[in-house]
Amino acid sequence: MAEGLLGGAFVFVLAMFVGIEVITKIPPTLYTPLMSGTNAISGIVVIGAVLLAGSGHDRVTAVLGFLAVVLATVNVVGGFVVTDRMLRMFTKRRQQP
Amino acid sequence: MSSVFPTLVPVAYLSATILFILGLRALRTPITAPLGNRLAAVGMLVAVVVTLLDRAVLHAEIIVLGLLIGSLIGTVAARWVRMTAMPEMVGLLNGFGGGASALVAVGEYWRLSGTSTSLAGETTFSILLGVCIGSITLTGSLAAFGKLQGMVPGRPLTFPLQQIVHALLVLAMTASGIVILCVPGQMTIFLALLGLALLLGGLFALPIGAADMPVVISLLNACSGLAASATGFVVNNDLLIIAGALVGASGVILTQMMCRSMHRSLVHVLFGAFGTSNWATGAAVSSGEKAIHRIDVEEAAMMLAYARTAIIVPGYGMAVAQAQHAVYELAAQLKSHGVEITYAIHPVAGRMPGHMNVLLAEANVPYTELADMDMVNPVFAHTDVALVIGANDIVNPAARSDPQSPIYGMPILDVDKAQHTIVIKRGLSPGFAGIDNALFYEKNTMMLLGDARTVVNRLINEVKAL
Repeated sequence: MAEGLLGGAFVFVLAMFVGIEVITKIPPTLYTPLMSGTNAISGIVVIGAVLLAGSGHDRVTAVLGFLAVVLATVNVVGGFVVTDRMLRMFTKRRQQP
Repeated sequence: MSSVFPTLVPVAYLSATILFILGLRALRTPITAPLGNRLAAVGMLVAVVVTLLDRAVLHAEIIVLGLLIGSLIGTVAARWVRMTAMPEMVGLLNGFGGGASALVAVGEYWRLSGTSTSLAGETTFSILLGVCIGSITLTGSLAAFGKLQGMVPGRPLTFPLQQIVHALLVLAMTASGIVILCVPGQMTIFLALLGLALLLGGLFALPIGAADMPVVISLLNACSGLAASATGFVVNNDLLIIAGALVGASGVILTQMMCRSMHRSLVHVLFGAFGTSNWATGAAVSSGEKAIHRIDVEEAAMMLAYARTAIIVPGYGMAVAQAQHAVYELAAQLKSHGVEITYAIHPVAGRMPGHMNVLLAEANVPYTELADMDMVNPVFAHTDVALVIGANDIVNPAARSDPQSPIYGMPILDVDKAQHTIVIKRGLSPGFAGIDNALFYEKNTMMLLGDARTVVNRLINEVKAL
């Protein structure tokens, strides 16, 4: 398997194709929750932030890492919670007809 | 422990990947969607916990503190935000994700250039991508947020030589990027590049009008994903690359769809503010001799209550007036008079993709009553009344008939083909794009002027009294 930039590019391209296949089947009525939900997923960068903050290199990386952890977590938690709130509105009528 | 961990981390990341993809797949129907969102959230939790447990991570307690602070802010914001403010919320969250990616890339550059081994060219390249995309996403989202909140004027802000300034910024960024790639350890130039990227992000959003926000927010969504992917290249982490690519794909698809629904190319949206002066003059020509027909609330209520079929067309005006609950109530009253109600949703109604759907869902309108443009357009000709609430450009027939109009070619909802069209509108000022609306002068169009919520509430009372 190719390493580094090229190996990453393989993974990236395949994931893009999977993404396109999956996303094109989502109905327009759910576009806003789709945006906020994918938005939360893009907060995956929190992993990179944790690794940076925990690298124990020096104070600069610790501070940058800590800030990145906070920002990314707001993104993740805010995104998932607000998406959940929206999606429950779409289905609440089914439960209480 | 130590023998388990090296395999545990990749296995957990693989599970997270699977959960993300399954989660997105479940968004295919509104019924399965809440589960899908939770699957994705579980994937995220697994990934974060396993990363924290990884032996390579020091000072875990401080990191946990950061996670707690972020979760608290995120939860409070997500619980308190009003549904009408969803575009702002999504814009801001995009910015945070982009900002986090940029911070990680900057931190990695600092860390790696501090070590004795020289930095590999491909790592530097990934860092540069992460810094640029992340920073542009951050300040671009903040500018978009400012526009949506009204802190920055929503109209296109232009200044002389704007395009040239943007082009010079991009050139300067490319040049400093090449220097950083060729000569290692250029911290000053690196920081300059960071500053340029932040500046460009803020500047590029300014000349874009608020009506183009659905495109801008989709694009920033794509950018936040691509920034995460770039960070994945930096820290050599496949999970980041995959998750970022999934989000990037979603953002790219939405951007394309929004552009198609406005019949504009992405380039035109991003750089089209130049055309604003032409638009204004084009609009001034057509008004003048034609007159509009006004109607009062009693008449409108009568017309609606005695119709067989009515189609409600909501637009951004409904969101501004917070009229979605009143609209639902009106529809309920009309249904009790035997009127068959459909809601017609234009893809770019509002300020973000799906904006109207979410507002109507909040007001308890079942999603089965919402119809897409392609589905509903043939039905207008057999419809007694089309009720337009705070929508403008998306129902302007000039898009079909007037090649001079700046929105010519944009797909619209054919409300003018209904037997009667009632338009609820705050005033007669032209729509956001500054274009006169030919619909208002049609013979079968009746204008009901006033704030959407006030007018709809009065309609409800009149219908009840019938």
